[in-house]
Amino acid sequence: MKFKLHIWRQPGPNAEGHMARYEIDDVSPDMSFLEMLDLLNENLHGKGEEPIAFDSDCREGICGMCSLVVNGVPHGPERGATVCQLHMRSFGNNSDIHIEPWRAKAFPVMRDLIVDRTSFDRIIQAGGYISVNSGAAPDANAIPIRKEDADTAFEAATCIGCGACVAACKNASAMLFVSAKNVHLARLPQGQPERIERALKMVEQMDAEGFGNCTNQYECEAVCPKEIPATFIADLNRDFLKAAITK
Amino acid sequence: MQLDARIPDGPIESKWDNFRQSMKLVNPANKRKFKIIVVGSGLAGGSAAATLGELGYHVDCFCFQDSPRRAHSIAAQGGINAAKNYQGDGDSVWRLFYDTVKGGDFRSREANVYRLAHLSRNIIDQCVAAGVPFAREYGGLLDNRSFGGAQVSRTFYARGQTGQQLLLGCYQALARQIHAGQVKMHTRTEMLDLVVKDGRAHGIITRDLATGQVERHTGHAVVLATGGYGRVFYLSTNAMGCNVTAAYRAHKRGAAFANPCYTQIHPTCIPVHGESQSKLTLMSESLRNDGRIWVPQKPDDKRTPSDIPENERDYYLERKYPSFGNLAPRDIASRSAKEACDGGKGVGYGGRGVYLDFADAINRLGADAIKARYGNLFDMYQRITADNPYQTPMRIYPASHYTMGGLWVDYHLMSNVRGLFVLGEANFSDHGANRLGASALMQGLADGYFVISDTLGNYLASEKPELMSTDDGAFQAVETEVTERVNKLLQANGNRSAASFHRELGKIMWEHCGMARNEAGLKEALQKIPKLREEFWANIGVPGTGAQLNQSLEEAGRVADFMEFAELMCRDALHRDESCGGHFREEHQSADGEAVRNDKDFCYAGAWEHKGVGAEQELHKEELEFDNVELATRSYK
Repeated sequence: MKFKLHIWRQPGPNAEGHMARYEIDDVSPDMSFLEMLDLLNENLHGKGEEPIAFDSDCREGICGMCSLVVNGVPHGPERGATVCQLHMRSFGNNSDIHIEPWRAKAFPVMRDLIVDRTSFDRIIQAGGYISVNSGAAPDANAIPIRKEDADTAFEAATCIGCGACVAACKNASAMLFVSAKNVHLARLPQGQPERIERALKMVEQMDAEGFGNCTNQYECEAVCPKEIPATFIADLNRDFLKAAITK
Repeated sequence: MQLDARIPDGPIESKWDNFRQSMKLVNPANKRKFKIIVVGSGLAGGSAAATLGELGYHVDCFCFQDSPRRAHSIAAQGGINAAKNYQGDGDSVWRLFYDTVKGGDFRSREANVYRLAHLSRNIIDQCVAAGVPFAREYGGLLDNRSFGGAQVSRTFYARGQTGQQLLLGCYQALARQIHAGQVKMHTRTEMLDLVVKDGRAHGIITRDLATGQVERHTGHAVVLATGGYGRVFYLSTNAMGCNVTAAYRAHKRGAAFANPCYTQIHPTCIPVHGESQSKLTLMSESLRNDGRIWVPQKPDDKRTPSDIPENERDYYLERKYPSFGNLAPRDIASRSAKEACDGGKGVGYGGRGVYLDFADAINRLGADAIKARYGNLFDMYQRITADNPYQTPMRIYPASHYTMGGLWVDYHLMSNVRGLFVLGEANFSDHGANRLGASALMQGLADGYFVISDTLGNYLASEKPELMSTDDGAFQAVETEVTERVNKLLQANGNRSAASFHRELGKIMWEHCGMARNEAGLKEALQKIPKLREEFWANIGVPGTGAQLNQSLEEAGRVADFMEFAELMCRDALHRDESCGGHFREEHQSADGEAVRNDKDFCYAGAWEHKGVGAEQELHKEELEFDNVELATRSYK
C-alpha cells in the first residue's frame, strides 16, 4: 500500500510547528499504524533527516502512552482502540493521512507528536487514591462488595490515562478522565471515607491545570479507547455538588 | 567476589519472622534523614517508592516514561497468585511454595520462594484496601481461577487486565506520597549509570529525556526495579522502551548478574506477520483453560483448519502430557510448539504458528459463555489478525516474555554491591529457571510492599551509610563517562539506525539462544555478537543532538548495552551444560524430548562478574540447597 502523510513537525516546546508532507510505499495492510511510522522513520534515517518523534510503549493498547490525532480523530478511525492497535488495512490505498498531536492548553507539545501529560498525574496526586499504608489492610474478603458495584468500579478503572478525551473535546475538558477515577473509587466501600474530599480536590486541580468544562457533547466517550461512558461525568458532578454544599 | 545469601536461621516457615525479630529499625524521627533512590515505577518500584515514602524516607523515583503509570507491569493480563485458600480446594502457603520451587525446575532459592508464598496473602489484602477491583462472585466475595498449570484455584484477577489494575493501585499510592512531598518523581528520566565507591552504591547518573540534561543524584541507598531484558531478542511481548541498561550498567560497576540464560518464552502469543513487526502481542494463557492446541498431522498441510478432519490433527500437548494437557507449564508448551513447527507442521506466515481451537468449548458451553470469559482477548486477536476466533481457530506462537535471570541479590534483596537493592523482574531470585503463570505480579508487589521496607531499614540502621556529595570525584568520574558515551553515539555518524542493529542482534539471539540451545550455536553467537558490536560502533548513525528530546539517541544507548549483554547471556547458556526450565540444551534431553537436569554439577545460581567489555566474565556460584522440597524430575505427564 501507498500513502500520502501530512505530519505535524515541531522541533521543540517553544518552536513554531508546521504540517510536513511525506510519501510512503511498501506498506503491508497487516502493519500497525505505528509500525508504518517506524518504517517512515527508518526511511528518513536513510536520507539523513531527523525522524518523527512520537510516544508509544506497550503497543497493545494498555499503557496509554500513544497519542496521535489521525485524520482529526484521537487514536484514529477505529472505535474502542488506541492508535497502536490500529492497522493499515483500515485505510484506503493511496489515501491521505493527517497526523497531529493532542492539542490542549494543559498538554503542551514537547516535540513533533509528543505532548506533556503530567497535568493528569497532578490530578491523581491531588486526591485520586485511597489512603491506606502498606501493611495496614484487613483481610481482603472482610468486606463483601456487590458484584454490580465491583464491575462498575472496574469499568471506570480501565481508563488508561491517554488523554484522548481531552484531545477530542472542543473545551479540552478532562471531565471523563476525572470522573472515571472518581467512579472507580466512589463505588467501592473502601473509597467512601475520602469520597467528598476526593471529588473536590481532583476538580480543583483539573481547573488549575487549565482544562475546560464539560458542555455535554460526548466527543470524549466516542474516542475513548476503553469506551468509558460519559454518564460517569454525572456521578462526578453529583459528588462535587455534595462536596460544595457540605464543605 | 563474595556471595553470601544471608539466609536467616531456623525452619523455612519461620525464617522471615526470625529476620524481622532480629532486624535493626530506623527510629521514625530519623527516617526523614535518609534519601533513597528508586529506579523504575512498575509493580516493584512503584510499590517500593510508595511504601518507603509512607514510612517517612525521602524518595527520589525515576521512570523513563511520561508517567509512572505507564510501566510495563501494566500489560500483565492473567492474574496474581495468593495462597488464600478462599476456594477451600486444599491450597496453602506450603503448596504455593512447593509449586513455585518445582515450577522453577529447582533452580531458585527456597528461602526466598517461601517468603514470597507467605507474603502473597498480604498482597491481596493490600490491593483490595487500595481499591483494586478484582473479579467477584455474586455473593460479593473474591473470585479465583486456576492458572498456568496449578491444580488449585489461587489466582486473583481483574478480567484480562490484572497488571493494569494492580499497577494503578500502587501508582495511586505513589501519587499520594508525591502529593505529600515524600516522593519526588522524575518522569522521562533515564538512569544511565550507577555511582559506586569502595563497593558501596551512592547514587546514579541520569539523562533528562526532554532536555538532554545529564544529572547526578545521591542517596543513602539505590533500589533498582527496572524490569527484565526480554528485548534482547528484539521481538518480544515487552514494551518498546523495556531495556537492560540500568541493570547492565550496575553489573559493569560490580554487581553480579545471575542466570542471564533463564528466559521465558511464552507459549500463547500472536505469531509474527512480517519483517516490519515491532513487537509481539501476548494472549493470556488463561485461554489454554478452554482452547485446545493442535497442528495438522501431515507436514505442509495447506488446507484451512475446518477442512482438516479430527483424525488428521495432532493435539500434541494432550497426547504428550495427558494429565496436564493444554495446561502444561510455559516452557514445555513453548518448546512443543517449536518442535511441531520445526517438523514442518506449523501454520500461517512462515510456518511459525499452531492452532488454539475453541470449537469444542463453544459447542460445550455456548459462544456466550466463551465471550464472557475471553471476550476482550478474542476482540484483541481479531483486531490484530482480522480473523474471527469464534469461527476459526486462533494461531499462536511462543515469544520472549519474561526473564528469570537478573542481578544477583541476597535474602535482603541486596546485590553484592552494598546499598544496591534489586527488586522484581530485575533480580534473579524467586523463579529459578522457569516462572509459573501469575507469579511475576506477586513477586513485584511482595518485594516492593513488604520486603524492601524491612530489609532496607535494617541496612540503614546497621551500616549507617553516608550521603555522598554530588561534588565527590566518584560522581564526577561517572558523569564524564556517561557524557562521553552519549557523545560517542552522536559523533559516530554512520548510516545505520539503532533499530536495524537491534533486529539483527535479536535474530542471532532468537536463533542461537532462544527456545532451544546447543553448544555449536552458542559458540557461533559468541563469534557473531562481538563482530556486530564492532559494526555497531563503526556504523551507527544518530541524528539530532544530545541537548533535546532525541528518541534515536535513547534507542541507540539501549541497543549498545544489549550488544554487550547478549554476549553475557550466551556465555551463561553455554556454560550451563544441562537443560532446566526455560534453558533447554538440545544435548540434554530424554528419548522423548524432555529436559534433563544435571543436579550434581549445576544445582547453583551462576553469578557473573564483569571483567571488561569483550573479556570473559568470571563465574561465581551460589550453591542451592533443597532442604524442604525434594529434588525431583519435573513431570507433568
